[in-house]
Amino acid sequence: MKKILLASAAIALTAGSVSAEDVPVGVILSFTGPIESLTPMMGGSAELAFKEINETGKFLNGTTLVPVRADATCVDAAAATAAAERLVTSDKVVAIMGADCSGVTGAILSNVAMPNGIPMISPSATSPALSSAEDNGLFFRTAPSDARQGQVLADILKEKGVSEVAVTYTNNDYGKGLADAFIAAHEAHGGSVTLTAPHEDGKADYSAEIGSLASAGGDLLAIFGYSDQGGKGIIQASVDTGAFDTYLLGDGMYADALLVDLGADLEGSFGTVPWAEGEGTELFNALATANDVNPDSSYTRESYDAAALLALAMAAGGAATSEAVAANVMNVANAPGEKILPGELGKALDILAAGGEVDYVGATGVELIGPGEAAGTYRHFTIAESAYETVEFK
Amino acid sequence: MDLLNALVALTNFVLIPAMTYGSQLALGALGVTMVYGILRFSNFAHGDTMAFGTMIVILFTWLFQSMGISLGPLPTALLAIPFGIAGTSLLLLGTDRVVYRFYRAQKAKPVIVVMVSLGVMFIYNGLTRFILGTNEQRFADGERFIIRAREFKEMTGLKEGLTFKTTQGLTIVTAIVVVIALFWFLNKTRTGKSMRAFSDNEDLALLSGINPERVVMVTWIIVAGLVTIAGTLYGLDKSYKPFTYFQLLLPIFAAAIVGGLGSPIGAIAGGFVIAFSEVAVTYAWKKVLVYALPESLEPESLVQLLATEYKFAVSFMILVIVLLVRPTGIFKGKSV
Repeated sequence: MKKILLASAAIALTAGSVSAEDVPVGVILSFTGPIESLTPMMGGSAELAFKEINETGKFLNGTTLVPVRADATCVDAAAATAAAERLVTSDKVVAIMGADCSGVTGAILSNVAMPNGIPMISPSATSPALSSAEDNGLFFRTAPSDARQGQVLADILKEKGVSEVAVTYTNNDYGKGLADAFIAAHEAHGGSVTLTAPHEDGKADYSAEIGSLASAGGDLLAIFGYSDQGGKGIIQASVDTGAFDTYLLGDGMYADALLVDLGADLEGSFGTVPWAEGEGTELFNALATANDVNPDSSYTRESYDAAALLALAMAAGGAATSEAVAANVMNVANAPGEKILPGELGKALDILAAGGEVDYVGATGVELIGPGEAAGTYRHFTIAESAYETVEFK
Repeated sequence: MDLLNALVALTNFVLIPAMTYGSQLALGALGVTMVYGILRFSNFAHGDTMAFGTMIVILFTWLFQSMGISLGPLPTALLAIPFGIAGTSLLLLGTDRVVYRFYRAQKAKPVIVVMVSLGVMFIYNGLTRFILGTNEQRFADGERFIIRAREFKEMTGLKEGLTFKTTQGLTIVTAIVVVIALFWFLNKTRTGKSMRAFSDNEDLALLSGINPERVVMVTWIIVAGLVTIAGTLYGLDKSYKPFTYFQLLLPIFAAAIVGGLGSPIGAIAGGFVIAFSEVAVTYAWKKVLVYALPESLEPESLVQLLATEYKFAVSFMILVIVLLVRPTGIFKGKSV
């Protein structure tokens, strides 16, 4: 017992002080709250990239990146801000990988990142509002803006000749942003929306929402929510009452678990999800599986890419500082340069050390556009026999 | 014929869902009201106790499923409920022994015990997540529907479908059975009467030789039964996720307070008031009215009193009004 106490005291001491070659980086994700079932895998993927960098021993003369986790809660902007503040003032992180949900990401950006000049790369905040948010060039994301997804979804409906739809979205920045983008695009195509009803996540009962949506009617129900949250509750309530037969699903609704539970009822439904395929994705899958991270979980690839971009930007700037990250993320993410896939971070460090240029492709085929957000490829899928089938890539 | 369609649509989208949800809330509120009436504090750990009880039921359900035991068309979870109740009783009695008994001996003010229950809530919260994780779990099996929308349409030739799920039927029937059993226990048995006496006047009950520790123990066991049944029914009907159970605390408390804290009848009435107000006030009546009214009067708009985002506002408005007009709740409970 005494030994354990001594050992833990020693660990507590060493954990408190970071040695000269250790550079702390924040990993702020919603480890509690509505998406707590996704974040362990996202955090694991980000730390996988940092670990890969550290193990090469080639990062800025042997500097070690030390990820420090903090909880963004997904819904509580004040708690997320406090957690980020702690990372910056007490842990002295130079950059932040995160946050995840759009609402808390915006809060951290304006309340903590901008005043302190700390750059952040979010793997999963997709709200269109973040494209135009003031960021002093500090905010990047490896996930595409939902403005584009809304357009892609509306295009698919036009091709299918569906005009009348009912819409429900999860009542947060993500859901509202995607729903607004979709409705605007759908109406521009001449379609109509019978009723837009937001739903709250994690609630006990969704029969009120489905009752109203069914009464308003429509050819199908568009759901912009989360597959393990209210979005699923809505589908369940709709199936229970026979309200709708076909659903249009946003990216948050894409999950294998959903098909296991409700696959038979989703026959013929369709939707979009940001997708990457090819060599980078396969390499990442193998890498993640070997390190006990489930690569099929949502936004794991984006998380790995976000962390890798942070590290490579520091390497390109020649210093593990906030300024180096902010100045170099766009350079390492885009052409020209040698293409870098997951597992090749060591090679990238060599090239950067020699003064060369890299074009980080990563697990999602990273290409940052506009204000530093992923261009994004979407997979248009349809559900047949309880499995996702790819229709096309857009 | 059109009136019939209106009735079916109303039943399908309002009556059945609200009845089911109301039954689930009523069972939860009964537990809150029992603790409040007899132990004299608002138990914030109630939602997470539900999550814990349901977790044990789920674990036993999986065990039974792996052993090949099933109830045919009914969910296997019903068999596992007694084990869940036993496990939850142990947890609650253990918590009482370690935590609440101390504060009872101190004659601590109710607000202090409420804060203590908040701490217990976080511990239960972690316990459930530690054992079963944060993810959603499914444990329902057996026949899912009693009537399906499509079958109903073919059967009756009506335009509107009606669905009735096994779990919905089960929820309503079980709630009725449990409530009858509880009232019989409280009114007819010696232990039940001593609990009511203890609730009405603690000092007088002690003077007449009622053993307080026994009353407290029986209360926790009944609460364990109520939460496990309520949690299991809710999990079967909707889904099991620790986070959702934590969130259930709010409507359950609203139901208990609206009905009158400490009053079992009030808890049941409160459950249905909250459920119906959430579903009915925000319902878009267009579909029903189009069927029911002559063509000239058919509404153009959705005829929705309030948008669905206000459904929680509705139940809390009712809560505020009840507290202003009748601070003791609809059925005279204790004032808060």
